[in-house]
Amino acid sequence: MSRLTQFGAIACSLIATLLIQGCERPPIKTTQNGYRGTAMVQVVNPRTAAEVASRQTFPAALPAVPDEGPRARDLFKNVQVLGDLSAADFLRHMTAIQSWVAPKADCSYCHDLANLADDGKYTKVVARRMLQMTRSLNTDWKQHTMAAGATGVTCFTCHRGNPIPQYTWSMPKPGKAGVLLGDDAGQNKAATSVGLTSLPYDAFSAYLSDNKKVSPIRVYGPSALLVKGGEKWGTMKAEHTYGLMMSISSSLGVNCTFCHDTSNFQSWTAAPPQRVNAWHGIRMVGDINANYITPLTSKLPAARLGPMGDAPKAYCATCHQGVNKPLAGAQMAKDYVGLITPGKLVAALPPPTDEPRRSVMYFNVSSAVLQGEQSKGLAQLVATMTTTPRVQAIISGYHSASGELAANQELAKQRAFTVRDALLAAGVPEARVVLSKPLQAEANLQGEDPAARRVEVTLK
Amino acid sequence: MAEYQNLFTQVQVTGPAQMGVPLGPGNDKRIGEKPGFLYLMGLIGNAQIGPVYLGSLGVASLILGTLSINIMGFNMLAQVNWDIVQFVRQLFWLALEPPPPQYGLSLPPMNQGGWWLLAGGLLTTSILLWWVRTYRRAREMGLGTHVAWAFAAAIWLFLVLGFFRPVLMGSWSEGVPFGIFPHLDWTAAFSLRYGNLYYNPFHALSIVFLYGATLLFAMHGATILAVSKFGGEREIEQIVDRGTASERAALFWRWTMGFNATTESIHRWAWWFAVLCPLTGGIGILLTGTVVDNWYLWAVNHGVAPPYPPVFPGAVDPATLVQGVKP
Repeated sequence: MSRLTQFGAIACSLIATLLIQGCERPPIKTTQNGYRGTAMVQVVNPRTAAEVASRQTFPAALPAVPDEGPRARDLFKNVQVLGDLSAADFLRHMTAIQSWVAPKADCSYCHDLANLADDGKYTKVVARRMLQMTRSLNTDWKQHTMAAGATGVTCFTCHRGNPIPQYTWSMPKPGKAGVLLGDDAGQNKAATSVGLTSLPYDAFSAYLSDNKKVSPIRVYGPSALLVKGGEKWGTMKAEHTYGLMMSISSSLGVNCTFCHDTSNFQSWTAAPPQRVNAWHGIRMVGDINANYITPLTSKLPAARLGPMGDAPKAYCATCHQGVNKPLAGAQMAKDYVGLITPGKLVAALPPPTDEPRRSVMYFNVSSAVLQGEQSKGLAQLVATMTTTPRVQAIISGYHSASGELAANQELAKQRAFTVRDALLAAGVPEARVVLSKPLQAEANLQGEDPAARRVEVTLK
Repeated sequence: MAEYQNLFTQVQVTGPAQMGVPLGPGNDKRIGEKPGFLYLMGLIGNAQIGPVYLGSLGVASLILGTLSINIMGFNMLAQVNWDIVQFVRQLFWLALEPPPPQYGLSLPPMNQGGWWLLAGGLLTTSILLWWVRTYRRAREMGLGTHVAWAFAAAIWLFLVLGFFRPVLMGSWSEGVPFGIFPHLDWTAAFSLRYGNLYYNPFHALSIVFLYGATLLFAMHGATILAVSKFGGEREIEQIVDRGTASERAALFWRWTMGFNATTESIHRWAWWFAVLCPLTGGIGILLTGTVVDNWYLWAVNHGVAPPYPPVFPGAVDPATLVQGVKP
């Protein structure tokens, strides 16, 4: 029987090897995040999650300096971005940036020490553009960078002590289409860019190169039966979308269920609110790649460029690095006012009001989506409405004074719609949900008052 | 008794080789006039290897099949620059892809799906020749053609995926790649594209028959192993002359669940479950993209999927919000 034992031992070790290579060692923990029985769960391996969490460390903010004395632009030459800071705060910013981006070097990484104002080094030109980019991220893309509070972005969010952020992408070499065989059709490699699936490994260039030219991502069938003359996306196009989604999933360390209702992938009303953040994130990355990073290509030395001669570009992992909130949601930006266009730092939202006859829920800047604690306020309202028949909800949307009036009024309306749609979706009859346009939707006189961006619901 | 509780056949009885019945006119000679006996094969089946009837159909089928597999293999090898180590390491990821959509049903260049068409055509021909072989061998021996028709059910699904549906969709690009992970990723992408295949009722039926066939096989296999100490594994004899093994097996199920299949009918059950699995699955695939564009929405319209209560506050599609609102 020794022959048999031997045979069995070989077979068992072969099977074991296959299993270990293909699978992750337990334990696997699942947390339900959707309706019961729909497999809406987040799958986490506590061991690997702890390892990733331990990497989310960041340096403490440098001691604040008083905002007084002459401005940097008046004291130093050629200060194009941070000129509105006080000279002391300007130097504090410079020190922090050097420790974030080039901790192993000194000021000379970007500056000619004989003439600090000189633009001779390409690193200085790049750094200046990146400062402008960071400011834009913290003001124009708040829907993504400050979706969950005043998190914001600093140089450290991506760089983490590396002159070039650890996770970037550049254009892949074209396939071997001209020869007789060997064209891989851009897929079927164990590619880390798509989470080691065999999906198309260039998950980026079609979607993240330029936010003005995003290749269609939504390729699902829009109606139950085939519509004549409708857009007919093929299964191959779906593989590309799937590749992009896998890159997002592995960049953030989350499952599909983090952003999608996975029985009904296309639905927004049934989707977790994070899907809105991701939507803005995809456009945000396209914006910084097209308008900030790609134009720097000619400034970069050849060694910094990809195989096709393009600059290393950003994708989700550049900032996220394995967690859904970069650096576990650390609010680094608020300590460096120069990284935020002055006066634009968002203040935290007040907690939702839940009185017997009146509910108020607050929204982030330019957002019609209720997030975090605010959505609990909505859940409470829904509960009240479903348990108290005959009560009518009168919904009014408001906006802050900053920005264009017409766009803001539309936003106030959308905020009211968000609350109305949630009530209707919960089965509250339409007759019990009334929209009421306030006489003055603009709730404060000027600026970005967090208490102004709200929906008020009166119960009658 | 212990013999019957083992994974492998414990006692191998060997006698003179069994040469089978004489062949009728119009047949080739059988290969392997002196059959061998393999101990390892005896552990899982009959130790006697051969004689085998290959015939011209079998030879043609094997040649075309080998050619097809080689086309796939060499395409994969060329994709990793003829590096054997990479070929082995990435074998599960590598694939021969169908042509890109712009070629429709026309003939693409060899390196852009032409090889896929050729390999698919050769493989299909090989499989169809093998099917004729299973049919003709059964007839030659005076058997029913149940095996051939069961095989035909599998061929139906294969042809729906790689031929019928791509033709109806007007593009070879709708075919399935030849590759291990790639065909699985294709399946997932296909499901996402057409609104979640789980809501396709034919997919559901196919799964019912798949799991059903497995369950039936487990029940039947267990029953026969359990009564084999009474000679129950000689099923044909038990059909003709029911003995104590058959009685006990029937009694067991009647005691357990009040009903029992017969020694013959259990095989009809199993055959239909197995055959209906690819038949219903093929119908589901064929309707996807040709008639139905989104199975979830279809299922909601037809009361298959329940409207689940909202759990999340309800996101608003940012693309529908006014783009002029500068963030």
